[in-house]
Amino acid sequence: MTDPVWPMLLGRFTWDSLPFVRAWHNPTTNELIAAAAGGIVVVSGIAVLVLITVLRRWRWLWTEWLTSLDHKKIGILYIVIALVMLARALVEANLMRLQQAVAVGNPGFVAPEHFAELFSTHGSIMIFFMAMPFLTGLINYLVPLQIGARDVAFPVLNAISLWLTAAGAALMMASLVIGRFSTGGWSGYPPFTEIGFNPGVGPDYWIWAVTLGSLASTMTGINIAVTIYKMRCPGMKLMRMPLFTWTSLCTAILMIFAMPPLTVATALLALDRYLGFHFFTNALGGNMMHYANLFWMFGHPEVYIVILPAFGIYSEVVSTFSSKELYGYKSLVIATMAIAVLSFTVWLHHFFTMGQSASINAAFGIATMAIGVPTGVKIYNWIWTMFRGEVRFTTPMIYALAFMMTFVLGGLTGIILAFPPLDYIVHNTLFLVAHFHNMLIPGTLYGLLAAYTFWFPKVFGYRLDERWGRISCLCWIVGFYLAFMPLYVLGASGMARRTQAVMETAYRPWLYMAEAGALILLCAFAALIVQLWVSIRRRGANDVFVGDPWDGRALEWSVSAPPPEFNFARLPHVDQAHWFYDAKRKYAPYAPPIAYHDIWMLRNSAVAPVIGIASGAATFGLVWHMWWLAIFGLIVIFAAVVARSFVRDTHRVIPASEVARIDESWREATARAQPVPREIETSPANQGLALVRS
Amino acid sequence: MASLAALLLLLGGCGALDLGVMNHAGPVAADQWRLYKIVAVVLIFVAGPVLLLVPLIAYHYRLDNKDDAYRPNWGFSWSLEALIWLPPIAIVAGLGVLLCDATHQLDPYRALPSKQPPLEVQVVALDWKWLFIYPDDGIATVNQLAVPVGRPVHLSLTSGTVMQSLLIPQLAGQIYAMAGMRTQLNFAADRPGVYRGLNTQFNGAGFQHQKFSVVAMPDREYRHWLTLRAADGQPFDDNVLKSLMQKSVAQRPLFFSKVPPGLFEHMMMANMQKEEAIR
Repeated sequence: MTDPVWPMLLGRFTWDSLPFVRAWHNPTTNELIAAAAGGIVVVSGIAVLVLITVLRRWRWLWTEWLTSLDHKKIGILYIVIALVMLARALVEANLMRLQQAVAVGNPGFVAPEHFAELFSTHGSIMIFFMAMPFLTGLINYLVPLQIGARDVAFPVLNAISLWLTAAGAALMMASLVIGRFSTGGWSGYPPFTEIGFNPGVGPDYWIWAVTLGSLASTMTGINIAVTIYKMRCPGMKLMRMPLFTWTSLCTAILMIFAMPPLTVATALLALDRYLGFHFFTNALGGNMMHYANLFWMFGHPEVYIVILPAFGIYSEVVSTFSSKELYGYKSLVIATMAIAVLSFTVWLHHFFTMGQSASINAAFGIATMAIGVPTGVKIYNWIWTMFRGEVRFTTPMIYALAFMMTFVLGGLTGIILAFPPLDYIVHNTLFLVAHFHNMLIPGTLYGLLAAYTFWFPKVFGYRLDERWGRISCLCWIVGFYLAFMPLYVLGASGMARRTQAVMETAYRPWLYMAEAGALILLCAFAALIVQLWVSIRRRGANDVFVGDPWDGRALEWSVSAPPPEFNFARLPHVDQAHWFYDAKRKYAPYAPPIAYHDIWMLRNSAVAPVIGIASGAATFGLVWHMWWLAIFGLIVIFAAVVARSFVRDTHRVIPASEVARIDESWREATARAQPVPREIETSPANQGLALVRS
Repeated sequence: MASLAALLLLLGGCGALDLGVMNHAGPVAADQWRLYKIVAVVLIFVAGPVLLLVPLIAYHYRLDNKDDAYRPNWGFSWSLEALIWLPPIAIVAGLGVLLCDATHQLDPYRALPSKQPPLEVQVVALDWKWLFIYPDDGIATVNQLAVPVGRPVHLSLTSGTVMQSLLIPQLAGQIYAMAGMRTQLNFAADRPGVYRGLNTQFNGAGFQHQKFSVVAMPDREYRHWLTLRAADGQPFDDNVLKSLMQKSVAQRPLFFSKVPPGLFEHMMMANMQKEEAIR
């Protein structure tokens, strides 16, 4: 069972690599869980293929989605990936908490190695394949609309980024079915992940999944930054951009500068593992400290990569649902930029305990606290935005309020951790785990879910069910507090993170509480699915084709829902910030343009899916030492890029008559719609036309 | 049900915190806990306004409340701007001074002030156990660190394997142990007792069992303990070293005598020269 099978063809594959075989030979709960997880991946994969075949949707899927270069469709696909991965990582979190709650003074039901795989995949997925694709999807969808553009600057590159992310996510999924994942945590610290200590496929899965994700994010960063610099519509000066676009720009800049250190770190680790280099080994002059520096030079800005877009989302949500101008727009922009710059000056606080001098620790500790200032300022900006407004407690707004109250607690514990002497006590304990979840759940996840609820009507043309949205929101909030507040206590009591079994019975009640919270978080996700289901069924009643259900401020609300593929029948000319909001009050925003013109849009291209699938295959080959597959994949990637460069006929024309037909039918709907007052905006009376009050 | 849960938390919960820095047993942990309380009090003033203002303003300016001013186009005020930027800057500046001072005071490399010379102990992190070498007494232990009460202890740490992190919650904060490198940690125990020590950096399947106890005893008992260990400890030879380097969990503490001089330096440098075994 442990001998390689056809090593020339299948590399390191043995029958034992399959969780099903392991479970057959050794049917413990631990192995059965692994086999069930692998089974779910295989069965649901087959089910999706069968469903598409039975419904005869292959051609539709290929032409409408997989080869599309439309930034909106790419954005939606990113978010689909994120939601699938969120489901998996959430289940893993529940397994870990259940194991810890059960395993007080006994080994529990998840074996140590398996537990280590769980925390490694949970972290890697939540960061690289949940938070990153989700926010990249939102940025992709919204930024061109908010700046009055028809697409991003480099649509093909955009599609390639999506497909590289998908390949990375697929690699994560493959590790459930074939082989085992890394046990080195999401940060993959060597020398533990070096070949001398971990010769298996696990760290290689981690290396290549993360490398694909980091390359995709670097290219996304370049794409978004160039889009915002070069593609703004006439009159859209930088200081007129909506705040979400600003935070997207900061995130893009951070991606450009912060992702390469990660790519370099994983590449050097790969050199160590594949070619016997000694960058981070114990022997022959290797030094893992270099890895720690490289990784956190990425890792700390990464925190802001995932949090800044959420700050933009909250700015839009709070301003819209208070029906008020955002307080201190300029100071928010300055604060965002300050955070982006400062985020590169604090990485060392991730390893205060590595033995450097007190002066170095103190310098980085103070820099860490300094970054709290612009962050704190932002919270007050949102408070003063509500001040003298008309606040409605809709689902996105509840997320925003819960975020402000919860995030500030995470900020407090962040200041505590910024003190090196206090960090010495709680570093690597559950206190730290509680802290970063306290930042990332309100700071990223709530923001992403607020955005999902807020912009869903724009993307699909109907509102999400408000009741189930609130149930889900409530579960995310209650679940968070129950799951993570106990971890602060446990951390202060000296419980190490990543502990598979617990010897101290005093920890038990807190572990029970955390497990209860984890279950509620799972319910929150279930409620989200129910909400989606209910909303799809009632989409007729909640239709908002006119496109402005919340009396929105930025340009994306000035077009139909969903927007036409060309976004704007005529590119807008703006003369101030929140031009659309003002236009609704002063001019006739729905007046047709004087003339329609032909619009040039990009044709579909298969190059991105080909590159994505080939890079997935190549990296899978590298993981398993199937060298032929790796070489074949790389050749296909190269050939695809060369072939694409010969394609001349890249554009197609949407004739002016077609543009006029689409646009006029929307304007007619606009004229027919009943304006909805704020009081009943969450009722079916909302047809997407806001009643304008000044 | 709820009251039962609350009772459970009271009984079990307080017990949990007793395992941590709150129940400190030495000057370093005591200072850390004091610092903790100072920072916590300051932070109440940072979080307090947000925690009060968010619900207050959101509720007061709700849509149903028609009595209040509605100023949709108001979005800036210099005085408010000063109010939200200056106090946080002042607080961070103040905390920065405190931080700088505390970081130097509680630098793990800084020797504790004392009339007695510190007890030198060398620590080697292994998979999944801790080796403590007493170079001045020629003995070594696994998973038990005996120290005399009141006398400062100076640890030198390295790793014979992957990186690990040593933490004794009731006595001192943690420091990494890395192969080929030496880190240091100073602490002392104020009162006799057995304190929990652990590795907090995940290092494989036996990680959760890699605990050790710090036994703090009065000086006379400590001396007795030393002679006992020198008498009953297994002589430390190459076979012992080889078996310690194996991946294993030590079920109970082990004791060794006749420890060769320079063992710590040897184990620290061992990895540097040899190529790692590739399975």
